Amino acid sequence: MSAPSSGGASRDGYGNGLLRLASDPRVVVLEADLGKSTKSCHFRSEYPSRTFSMGIAEQNMMLVAAGMASSGKIPFASTFAIFTERAFEQVRNGIARPELTVHICGSHGGIHTGTDGSSAQSIEDLAIYRTIPGMTVIHPSDDLSAEELTVQLLDYSGPSYMRTARNKTPRIYNENSVNGLTIGKGSLIMEGSDVCIIACGVMVNEAISAAKTLSSEGISASVVDMHTLKPLDTELIDACINNCGCLVTAEDHSVIAGLGGAVAEYLSTTASAPLEMVGVADKFGQSGSSSELMQAMGLTSNDIVAAAHRSISRK
Amino acid sequence: MVHGIGAGHPGGSLSAIDMLTALYGHRLRVNVDDPTWDDRDRFIMSKGHASPGVYSILHERGFLSEADMWTFRKLGGPCQGHVDMKWTDGVDFSAGSLGMGLSFGLGCALAARMDGSSRNVWVMLGDGEIQEGEVWEAFMAADFHSIGNLKVIVDRNRIQNDDFVHLQMEVGDVSAKLASFGWTVKEIDGHSMNELTDALKWASSHNSGPAAIVANTVKGKGVSFMEDNPSFHGKAPDDDELKQALEELS
Repeated sequence: MSAPSSGGASRDGYGNGLLRLASDPRVVVLEADLGKSTKSCHFRSEYPSRTFSMGIAEQNMMLVAAGMASSGKIPFASTFAIFTERAFEQVRNGIARPELTVHICGSHGGIHTGTDGSSAQSIEDLAIYRTIPGMTVIHPSDDLSAEELTVQLLDYSGPSYMRTARNKTPRIYNENSVNGLTIGKGSLIMEGSDVCIIACGVMVNEAISAAKTLSSEGISASVVDMHTLKPLDTELIDACINNCGCLVTAEDHSVIAGLGGAVAEYLSTTASAPLEMVGVADKFGQSGSSSELMQAMGLTSNDIVAAAHRSISRK
Repeated sequence: MVHGIGAGHPGGSLSAIDMLTALYGHRLRVNVDDPTWDDRDRFIMSKGHASPGVYSILHERGFLSEADMWTFRKLGGPCQGHVDMKWTDGVDFSAGSLGMGLSFGLGCALAARMDGSSRNVWVMLGDGEIQEGEVWEAFMAADFHSIGNLKVIVDRNRIQNDDFVHLQMEVGDVSAKLASFGWTVKEIDGHSMNELTDALKWASSHNSGPAAIVANTVKGKGVSFMEDNPSFHGKAPDDDELKQALEELS
């Protein structure tokens, strides 16, 4: 894989992905006064007749999307990740229960969101959406992968939740490598033999940095971009266990029931391996820059390196 | 069927049954041979606990057999406790959690408009149900989007689960509130077949914006000991009560 380029935020990828989907007349976009933030605004500019402003009213937006889906449309509804949670029961009862294909995008996920403070930093969205039967849960690592996975949703049946991030991170993929992504299949970014770091979202970049540090110490690390948390790519996890013998998960999300929780659930049913989790340790964030918060909350590449040492020592 | 399983919601079914009869008998374009016909009118029963009333009408229209009716609230049967589009032909919405149906209906109506279809979307709300905030989000959005193919019927039976509406959270002058949200409203006696058929015809032809019928009804209508009695919101009649109820209704 070639070196990452500068890139954009994954929310930009969502906006670009919607534009690529516009050629299908079934695609409609719903907004809750945050189109400029989620980046659905680009679709609105080009296709205003297929973009619906629902105001600051997320519960209504989710069920309007459900009604549209029941009538043959393919709705993409977006707001901040935290505000999709306000309509959690609507998603559960009104979208997922009747198995309607509504694609929800929650932007500004995680503490990486930064200065807005803890009210805007969803650290539990991936967990709660994982619990809904039939729900696909996606968290891309950069703008290009967010765009590609958004485009793939067009042919994906059933409800989905995609979390995007507010702030830019270095690109993990380039225009060619991103074509190898598939919803439900993790992406092996680096292949090693001592420890496997399974990451999602902005933490994939931190995982790559950690793997480079570990390499300088003589430790060979794999890095997986587990962009789809549900369905979880258990075949890839099995391969990682076989190759490395121990795991680290890394996510900008609570360590409870997110990526680390999903991997731990799987490990409890199969061949076990040491697992260390890097994530938000059951506490709320605060205002600050992304880098300050990542330091304060223990979400840096150094934290991943330390977790890798612990995991290796437990083999 | 409610007696048979010993559970269900007779009161809100009986308050709605005249409206369902008028709607399915005179207005709704549906096709029993093609329940998912794209251009059918939609009926969204948002107060999904009135499922016995809906199943009775769907049985009359041929969507459900008598054997289906006896599966009410039973494992694997099409007649789920609350109406559910995944389980029952002829049902357009999975209800059970109050406050969601109007939003869903608005989505159906917007899709119909995009398709250039003449199909109408009818939504029935309970009066206790409109205590839910999402309903007012949807009332506001329907006016904002100038949606002319969305029709609401409010079953104003004045009773909710625990007690009378005015004792739980009075909803006040529903017609005036809807009018202030940009809806055109007609208030009627929800048990008068003449007023019902006229109001449904009026709502069908009102296409310049959203239209609502506020129907004053009696919870448990037709069964003396259920009428206006909060105890029969969600309670099945016992053997003696069933016998009396059937005699009074026959």
